[in-house]
Amino acid sequence: MKRRTVFKALASALSVGILAAGMASASAQTKVGFVYVGPIGDHGWTYRHDQGRLAIEKEFGDKVKTTFVESVKEGPDSERVIRQLAASGHDLIFTTSFGFMNPTIKVAKRFPNVKFEHATGYKQDKNVATYSGRFYEGRYIAGVIAGKTSKTNKIGYVASFPIPEVVRGINAFLLGARSVNPAMSISVVWVNSWYDPGKEGDAAKALIDQGADIITQHTDSPAPLQVAENRGVKGFGQASDMEHFAPKAQLSAIIDDWNPYYVERTRAVIDGTWKSQDVWYGLKEGMVQMAPYKNMPADVAKLAKETEEAIRSGKLHPFAGPIKDQSGKVVVEAGKVADAGMLLGMNFYVEGVEGSLPK
Amino acid sequence: MDFVPVILTVITASTPLLFAATGELVTEKSGVLNLGVEGMMLVGAIAAFAVASTTGSGLAGIVAGAAAGTVMASVFAFLTLTMLANQVATGLALTIFGIGISALIGAGFVGFALEPLPKLAIPVISDIPVIGPILFGQDILVYLSFVMILAVAWFLSRTRPGLILKAVGESHDSAHALGYPVIAIRYAAVLFGGAMSGLAGAYLSLAYTPLWAENMTAGRGWIALALVVFATWRPGRVVLGAYMFGAITILQLHAQGWGIEIASQFMSMLPYLATILVLVLISRDKTKIRLNAPQCIGKVFHAAH
Repeated sequence: MKRRTVFKALASALSVGILAAGMASASAQTKVGFVYVGPIGDHGWTYRHDQGRLAIEKEFGDKVKTTFVESVKEGPDSERVIRQLAASGHDLIFTTSFGFMNPTIKVAKRFPNVKFEHATGYKQDKNVATYSGRFYEGRYIAGVIAGKTSKTNKIGYVASFPIPEVVRGINAFLLGARSVNPAMSISVVWVNSWYDPGKEGDAAKALIDQGADIITQHTDSPAPLQVAENRGVKGFGQASDMEHFAPKAQLSAIIDDWNPYYVERTRAVIDGTWKSQDVWYGLKEGMVQMAPYKNMPADVAKLAKETEEAIRSGKLHPFAGPIKDQSGKVVVEAGKVADAGMLLGMNFYVEGVEGSLPK
Repeated sequence: MDFVPVILTVITASTPLLFAATGELVTEKSGVLNLGVEGMMLVGAIAAFAVASTTGSGLAGIVAGAAAGTVMASVFAFLTLTMLANQVATGLALTIFGIGISALIGAGFVGFALEPLPKLAIPVISDIPVIGPILFGQDILVYLSFVMILAVAWFLSRTRPGLILKAVGESHDSAHALGYPVIAIRYAAVLFGGAMSGLAGAYLSLAYTPLWAENMTAGRGWIALALVVFATWRPGRVVLGAYMFGAITILQLHAQGWGIEIASQFMSMLPYLATILVLVLISRDKTKIRLNAPQCIGKVFHAAH
């Protein structure tokens, strides 16, 4: 009896929390909901999306009401959360992790009047748009810096899940590194989590113990970079500028800037001009930015800036041929660049990555 | 391959588990099941981090972590021992509450970095190759974790209060009839468990990854709970379990770096698989598990006047 009342109280407390946020507004207000995979305080991926949400509030003031649900597990749980947001009168819902893709599509079919925006996915619908950043451009620059900075010629890469987005980042990093130092190699450790500071840090320690002197990560916490700082090697920030976690170790950081996109899409909903689309913005559009180049010699910083400029102007494409995969087979011929299909579905390691890609 | 750094990393991965499991062991031995370990760890972690980063003293942080864990445990103790609420539900609620309140307190501390706890290096001895850095180059909390589990082992098997605590866990009615203050003893055990969970959290935010990140325990509280069962409520096996768990966690990361071709998803699963496997092996011997499991665990005690 007692247990049942406690659970009931818990359940109602949870749902009231979401509903209260939903019902507080009149219908004239445009309501924008966000589903996050991590906590807004991760200081990485989710933090940057939440900055985008705050940018919407700042831009539109009382005209827009925003809500968010954080630390939502990918999979069935997320479907429940997305449906709840859609059912509680949200006009536009951003789902900000790859694993929310199928649940977003599924819920969108049931709520044709609600607009959905899914980050980093590849499935669109009449009311589902997708958007992502060309973070591999930043990874390539980071690779160039690593190739010039490393003494052991070994990069330690803390990775989350073997999805195309992450594999693309690993390959871009190595292609950048090898463009200046053909002896570079990458060791990858998969932690099978987007966010577990302890495990991310442990993975970084393992990689350093095995000889890596550059640490980079495709997970969401600053822990690997902090390990780099404490062990006296170099590293990169991920999603946000993480300089204060590693003032001596951070060479640069790949910064996601969602703010202009989020503001633009919210305005489209208010004006009634929203249409489904698929955008993939990079350095040129400002969705990908680089933190200041620090802790490196001036000539390396100069080279990094030149690389950044070359990618921005379109003179340089990180996936320009010739590119060989691990078996030595040429997958992109000289004079060509990898097409969108190959980039979006990347499921192979380029030559120089150690180990084999988990299937 | 130099294995010293590997062992050092294993120690850091195992210490928080050892702390939390030591505390929960004592709590459960008194007949109380507190599922709020994860929540108490988180509150301990943020309290330790907040105090250490404002005062600049790691020691003050450690004390604050233990104190915060104790406060959380006292809420649990009041609800379950005085108000007689269901322990399982209250423990789960405590974890959810802990996740929320630690995030709330921690909002102002996101993005701060902290110097890790200093290693207590003893001149000369710490410089001995291999055993020097492993045995004599740790931070204070690592040593404390061993002191605590040894003290608990001694307390539970060699002292009168320890035997009384176990008697309360075995049969609270008999202990009550003998005139022992069942509720007071359980309060003490629950508060001790809270303090240990707080220390586990403090270790995470002060030494393991010296930063505050929401939900940074990432399930370690639940692992500690499993470890107590895994250890069949025996202190020696708690140490074994915590270190085995830590070792598998770290070694699977190294194996990937060495290029051993096993699916990383499988590797990530290994620690849990090992726990289940050992659990099954131990549970086969019914007498052994019955001998050690507190008979009154999770049961509400009504004093019959």
